[in-house]
Amino acid sequence: MTAVTYLRYEVLRNFRTWQFVFFSLAWPLIVFFTVAGPNRQATFIGIPFPVYFMSGMAAQGAMVAVVSRGSLIANERTAGWTRQLRITPLSTVTYFTAKVVCGYLMALLTIAALCAAGTTLGVHLSAGGWLTMVGLLLAGLIPFAVLGILLGHLLSPESLLPAVGGLTVLFALLGGAYGLQVATSGPMFDVIKGLPSYWLVQASKAALGGGGWPAEGWIVIAVWTAVLTPLAVLAYRRDTSRV
Amino acid sequence: MTTDSVLGDAAADGSASAGAIVLAGLHKSYGNVTAVRLLDLVIAPGETVAILGPNGAGKTTTIDMVLGLTRPDGGSISLFGMPPRQAIAAGVVSGMLQTASLIQHLRVRELVAMVASLYPHPLPVDQVLRLTGISDLAGRPASRLSGGQSQRVRFAMALVANPDLLLLDEPTAALDVAGRKEFWTSVRAVAAQGKTVLFATHYLEEADAYADRIVLLAKGRMVADGPATEIKARVSSRTIRATLPGAALARLAVLPGVISADRRGESVTLTCSDAEAALRALLAEFPAARDVEVRGADLEAAFVALTGSDDDERLETR
Repeated sequence: MTAVTYLRYEVLRNFRTWQFVFFSLAWPLIVFFTVAGPNRQATFIGIPFPVYFMSGMAAQGAMVAVVSRGSLIANERTAGWTRQLRITPLSTVTYFTAKVVCGYLMALLTIAALCAAGTTLGVHLSAGGWLTMVGLLLAGLIPFAVLGILLGHLLSPESLLPAVGGLTVLFALLGGAYGLQVATSGPMFDVIKGLPSYWLVQASKAALGGGGWPAEGWIVIAVWTAVLTPLAVLAYRRDTSRV
Repeated sequence: MTTDSVLGDAAADGSASAGAIVLAGLHKSYGNVTAVRLLDLVIAPGETVAILGPNGAGKTTTIDMVLGLTRPDGGSISLFGMPPRQAIAAGVVSGMLQTASLIQHLRVRELVAMVASLYPHPLPVDQVLRLTGISDLAGRPASRLSGGQSQRVRFAMALVANPDLLLLDEPTAALDVAGRKEFWTSVRAVAAQGKTVLFATHYLEEADAYADRIVLLAKGRMVADGPATEIKARVSSRTIRATLPGAALARLAVLPGVISADRRGESVTLTCSDAEAALRALLAEFPAARDVEVRGADLEAAFVALTGSDDDERLETR
């Protein structure tokens, strides 16, 4: 009950922060219509371009939604709000859970909006296809949610906004979210396939093919999560031992 | 040199488990600086106690340790028989920290309601807004408050918890005179319900007017602990300074009306409970005394007189 009420206020704060709403929801929608609109008949890596670009932009917006939780964390700890919360019965687990769940709710909204936008440009997927794509996107976001918590304890609030913007755009670009592929073969392609954002962008193609990701995709997501999680825990400990 | 509590532990006779706060041998240092030195303190449920001391006395460090925000180097803390983190988790303790700003994008009422939701038995939000005088700010974004207003909101956040023990760290720093009066009226209302209140302040008047008992801290040490009236008399004592080479501090310290005697070079400083009696006795027994001056001690000076510094000779009469 406590956690639900707390989450409600967390969500309220999210929607009152225009930067979150704009960069995670409005921006990818604008880019989607601007780029996919004139290219609705085109095909890209063997699938209709709007289908590809739909999950590309959903990936971009959803990444911003979960990574930007870090800016809230950084703000709250530098303002002394984290200390204030630490003298309430709110547990650390609930604090982080609320942050991650709120980021995921925002990401889900972005993904749903992109799906709706996709259908207006003639994207057709089976019910199972839609579910697979959304499921893959949500799974692929896990390492980015952890990255948000890590950055929130590593950086100051001032450096965090550019860091969130720069990192998510870099991940999105290299992962092919903007419809540009840096490489399609060779060692550079191997590097790109090692990025979690590549697999986010591939979610629609995987869904269209009827399956999910190949094992490779799941391994990449798992490894990034496994590497980032202890770093985030370490950053959190270093932070709280100081206060 | 002796560092015993000058007035004794007025309330230390309660059993340890019954105390709202029981500190035993509490110790904390940051590098070479000792912030809190072997502090023993028992506060019974229902007491309103002030920790009085100048800046750097260790007030905030003590409160942070009681709230579980700072880990002590040594000693123990028990709040109603529980360690701090457990008492916090149970919702029986709440506090108002000295440095904490409010988060953005929530209105005042939402902020207080959010904090209320974290506690098992919160007070009604509107009642707390009324009690803290911020009902008219309920719809105001928390980012658009003056220093005094946000201090009241932070007080509301501590009150809405409906705690058994309320800790306030310099709670009136940003308030004007009227605001202070209102603030303490609310605190009294809370204390009247049998709650335990511990507040830190560097205003003697505040400690005297609103606490039953004053714990005097200086340089991390407890210098005195007793009923507010007694501490006030002691702290508002006067000092006599005189140039008096070679006089034995032991003889000076036992002069009538003298609490303690210090020496810095050729000059001696007598902290007095009765400056007139002390002055007569001083001039009678030490005709060589010159450059004699009598001063009303401000709080800062009183602390210096009470604690001395480590490299000074110092004697206390009791």
